[in-house]
Amino acid sequence: MTDPIAAAFIDNPAFIPYLAAGDPGPFDEPPSADDAVAQTSAYIDALVAGGADIVELGLPHSEPIADGPTIQQASVRALEAGMTPDRFFELVDDLPADLPIVAMTYYNMVYRYGGSPGVDEFIEAAAAAGVDGIIVPDLPVEESDPLCAAARDAGVHIIFIAAPTTTDERLAAVMQRCSGYLYVQARLGTTGSQTDVSDQTRSSLGRVRSFETNFERDPLPKAVGFGVSSGEQAADIVAAGADGVIVGSALIDEITGAGTDRARAERQLEALATELAAGTERGAARRQSGPERT
Amino acid sequence: MSSDGMFGEFGGQFVPEALMPAIEELTDAYDRYVQENEAGFMDDLQSHLRSFGGRPTPIQRADQLSERYGCEVYLKREDLVHGGAHKLNNALGQVLLAQYMDKERIIAETGAGQHGTATTMSCAHLGMPCEIYMGRHDVNRQRPNVFRMRLNGATVNPVDIGRGTLKEAISETMRDWARTVETTHYVIGSVVGPHPYPAMVRDFQSVIGREAKRQLREEIGELPDAVVACAGGGSNAMGSFAPFVEESSVDLHAVEAGGSDLSIDGDTGIAPNSATLSIGTRGVLHGSHTKILQDEDGQIMESHSVSAGLDYAGVGPELAALVESGRLTAATVDDDTALEAFHRLSQTEGIIPALETAHAFGYLEAHGEALGDTVLVTVSGRGDKDLETVIEESHRRELDVGFDLSVFDAEVQ
Ligand SMILES: Cc1ncc(COP(=O)(O)O)c(C=O)c1O
Repeated sequence: MTDPIAAAFIDNPAFIPYLAAGDPGPFDEPPSADDAVAQTSAYIDALVAGGADIVELGLPHSEPIADGPTIQQASVRALEAGMTPDRFFELVDDLPADLPIVAMTYYNMVYRYGGSPGVDEFIEAAAAAGVDGIIVPDLPVEESDPLCAAARDAGVHIIFIAAPTTTDERLAAVMQRCSGYLYVQARLGTTGSQTDVSDQTRSSLGRVRSFETNFERDPLPKAVGFGVSSGEQAADIVAAGADGVIVGSALIDEITGAGTDRARAERQLEALATELAAGTERGAARRQSGPERT
Repeated sequence: MSSDGMFGEFGGQFVPEALMPAIEELTDAYDRYVQENEAGFMDDLQSHLRSFGGRPTPIQRADQLSERYGCEVYLKREDLVHGGAHKLNNALGQVLLAQYMDKERIIAETGAGQHGTATTMSCAHLGMPCEIYMGRHDVNRQRPNVFRMRLNGATVNPVDIGRGTLKEAISETMRDWARTVETTHYVIGSVVGPHPYPAMVRDFQSVIGREAKRQLREEIGELPDAVVACAGGGSNAMGSFAPFVEESSVDLHAVEAGGSDLSIDGDTGIAPNSATLSIGTRGVLHGSHTKILQDEDGQIMESHSVSAGLDYAGVGPELAALVESGRLTAATVDDDTALEAFHRLSQTEGIIPALETAHAFGYLEAHGEALGDTVLVTVSGRGDKDLETVIEESHRRELDVGFDLSVFDAEVQ
């Protein structure tokens, strides 16, 4: 069986939306946890209808230090509605088996899961639920050996982030441990939507690519995230050489913007997903028609 | 401590990749300038601490307390450091270090506003632009310090997330740093955060214990039997203890905020205390593996203390390791006992302590007779910043201290 994440990058670049699991959108009174989780499933359906190839699902943490205001608010809403790690795994378990799912959460959530300190229980539960990959934004390579070892045994990818500040030395360590895809952080800062494609993105992609040619491993797909909000940006990023585009805050802004009208949130989500997926395809076409690589 | 920044199992570097290169750069600067005194950095710092900071601070025999507890009580007077707390020892060190590293801008979090004030004073003194993050709740309960920071020319950004205390302020400062890391140094205010901060802040604060040890030797010719300090993140405690850790005859006592209640409510995610060393469990918060207040899922709890500077759900990893190994005793003092101690020290010794510091004296009241012949207590700061809170909080309670508030009735009703 081909790896579901690898399969998502074959032929075409991947469009990878992110949502905070269990965030129902704005509310006056928090809905039940079951309703919040059901709402997340409905949002995921909308994203898939719009062309999602992989879905990143945030397991909310009380201290999301790498996230900007949009995802912070979504995390707060999810926690108020009763999101827990167990509900997260149930949600993933109930999703269509062929949709690749990447869990994104902070290290303390991984470390504390199951009651005793350590990473094994989280990895076991994730693998059993059908999580294909895990991103832990506050886990640098230095601290990642226990998680990487447990994940390797369980057949789960650990996806690392390469930042604009990442030195060549660190990039080597990141590439050694990273599997699934490399998360190329488009710009410095926290998550949050922006409108332009930064030079940092182009130079990061160029650096990773030239690095890969000297590196003895199968090339990893490179997905760019942090600040992507429009189809045009997605196209530019893919044209610049990315294999995938990750979008979170801009999608959550659609959910937030719809207020308490969930049907509208789902429609807007699907519309933006469609635009982003189309942008990703356009970028691929531009890349084939001429060298734009820097 | 081993070279990788671990204290036993505690410590480490749990921060986003984007920050790691800056942390590596800081570790290198810490090794060279602080540990090896490259370019005469430590001499330069000492000279600033002397002329600008007012060091060395004295030790003082507390005559009334000595009589009350039947032992020799010595106070290390960090309330006399410029700015009114031990916080300057670290802030000045880090701002100067940032200058040696050619950083252009300083950011810091603050709880009680003492670290924020120490940082803005250091920045004004050394000519560095500075921005401070402070939880909204703390902005409101430590107003004098907000004014002081602004008078120093700094921007103070209130943080509206969560309960609006120190935890949220640290998270928000880390977010700023993730954006600006190439030009900015983050001055963490306690022995918390990723390596090298816990070790570096301890080294800057160890001047407290080093001076006290020397001063006690000169004054009484011996070591104390016990050293007592309050602990929020743990910087005045670690700075007081560090030179005594190897002296096995000296007992070390870290006093945490017991708040209103030592129990925790997992359902609401609220701990009505900040007793991390006493009742916390292992976890990762703000870059290090330490003891934290958390629920069973690993969500960080909202802590509580009448004192803003102790109101934090984490604690320094070295303190966690010292408690784990049995070298350090962790204790708690609740809000009421701390307030009583605040009044007692003000009345009997003429020292108005910070509410944080008052916890150490609350502990002395409960255990003073059992701590040995000579007890050293660190007066981590002065209480000017707390007067509004103390008046309000004392009025709400029936405290065991003669303190007539009727004169304020017009204002507080
Ligand atoms: C006077 C004083 N003492 C103690 C503390 C607690 O910090 P730490 O535990 O790092 O010494 C503070 C913090 O603001 C403070 O202002």
